[in-house]
Amino acid sequence: MADVNRGNRPLSPHIMIYRPQMTSLSSIMVRLSGLGAFAVAILIVWWLLAASTSESAFLAIDGFLRSWFGDILLTLATWALWYHTLGRLRHVFWDFGYCLDVEVSEKLGLGMFVGATILTIITVIAV
Amino acid sequence: MVQLTLPKNSRITTGKTWPKPEGATNVRKFQIYRWNPDDGKNPQLDTYFVDMDNCGPMILDALIKIKNEIDPTLTFRRSCREGICGSCAMNIDGINTLACIYGMDEIKGDVKIYPLPHMPVVKDLIPDLTHFYAQHASIMPWLETKTNRPAKEWKQSIEDRKKLDGLYECVMCASCSTSCPSYWWNGDRYLGPAALLHAYRWIIDSRDEATGERLDELEDPFKLYRCHTIMNCAKTCPKGLNPAKAIAEIKKMMVDRSV
Repeated sequence: MADVNRGNRPLSPHIMIYRPQMTSLSSIMVRLSGLGAFAVAILIVWWLLAASTSESAFLAIDGFLRSWFGDILLTLATWALWYHTLGRLRHVFWDFGYCLDVEVSEKLGLGMFVGATILTIITVIAV
Repeated sequence: MVQLTLPKNSRITTGKTWPKPEGATNVRKFQIYRWNPDDGKNPQLDTYFVDMDNCGPMILDALIKIKNEIDPTLTFRRSCREGICGSCAMNIDGINTLACIYGMDEIKGDVKIYPLPHMPVVKDLIPDLTHFYAQHASIMPWLETKTNRPAKEWKQSIEDRKKLDGLYECVMCASCSTSCPSYWWNGDRYLGPAALLHAYRWIIDSRDEATGERLDELEDPFKLYRCHTIMNCAKTCPKGLNPAKAIAEIKKMMVDRSV
């Protein structure tokens, strides 16, 4: 097989041609929601730190977090936190060996989305 | 590592559009990945038109028809045409499956066919599976015993034999491993769903006497624990098996033996 071109073999296409699945989408969204919630958590810590630093420092970050944009950001972060929590709960079921059938996992994936949305609405109303 | 684009030599260009069959009224469009190691060009997507009134029902029937009647250079693996040899695994309509048991009626619109994802391409729809097979070999896919050989055979109860159902049916087509994002990004060190399903098949075989060694071998952040239960494997398996479940069982055994 000395004449076979092995050195410059192309890589076949992957994520760009693979059809998104309910399970793969919910998996990557658990990660992204975790990252998103972490980013906003930094802002919250900043808020608390500023409150103990000086009035001007507090007013700057307070003005941002209480603006309409801050409201949207914190609501999205609440959603991300709920979604991430439900996603990790699904991992707990999986690690005990439950809910590993494709159909059940897909239903849980949808349930995480709906559940996080409902819980966010409740949180926004209650807080 | 995660890559969202293809290397320069792998980017797909628009290829040739082959003429429509004359006199056909029920024509279906196929777009198929082509790469020829001898012409020095990038991979391309060729367009073919197949007369559906004069073609078998499966994707493989259409591929064979194209090769016989339109373009004899189209290259793909196939053998049994009944889903038992695992040769004709490819990415059809966005999922990995066996061309021979995937019906054309399961697809809406044009049919897009690529080789199995994130693999080096030998030619057209043929991926290089060398590494995949080496990973399978690494899990010792055979019965390991220590006690003396019995006079006749290694016996197994009906209940113990049943534990192998849903595992032994794997035909090693590589659809699952090449559907797995973890395998795409870390396939050099992560064993992937197919090899791990086989590993579990031997771990729970009541006759096997190397369970501990098998688990030792898998206790590794990459070999086993790159599985994040994304479940593309179970969703795409053309034989309806569930590698994700088998991997979860191995992880459970890892915990059980350490507590």
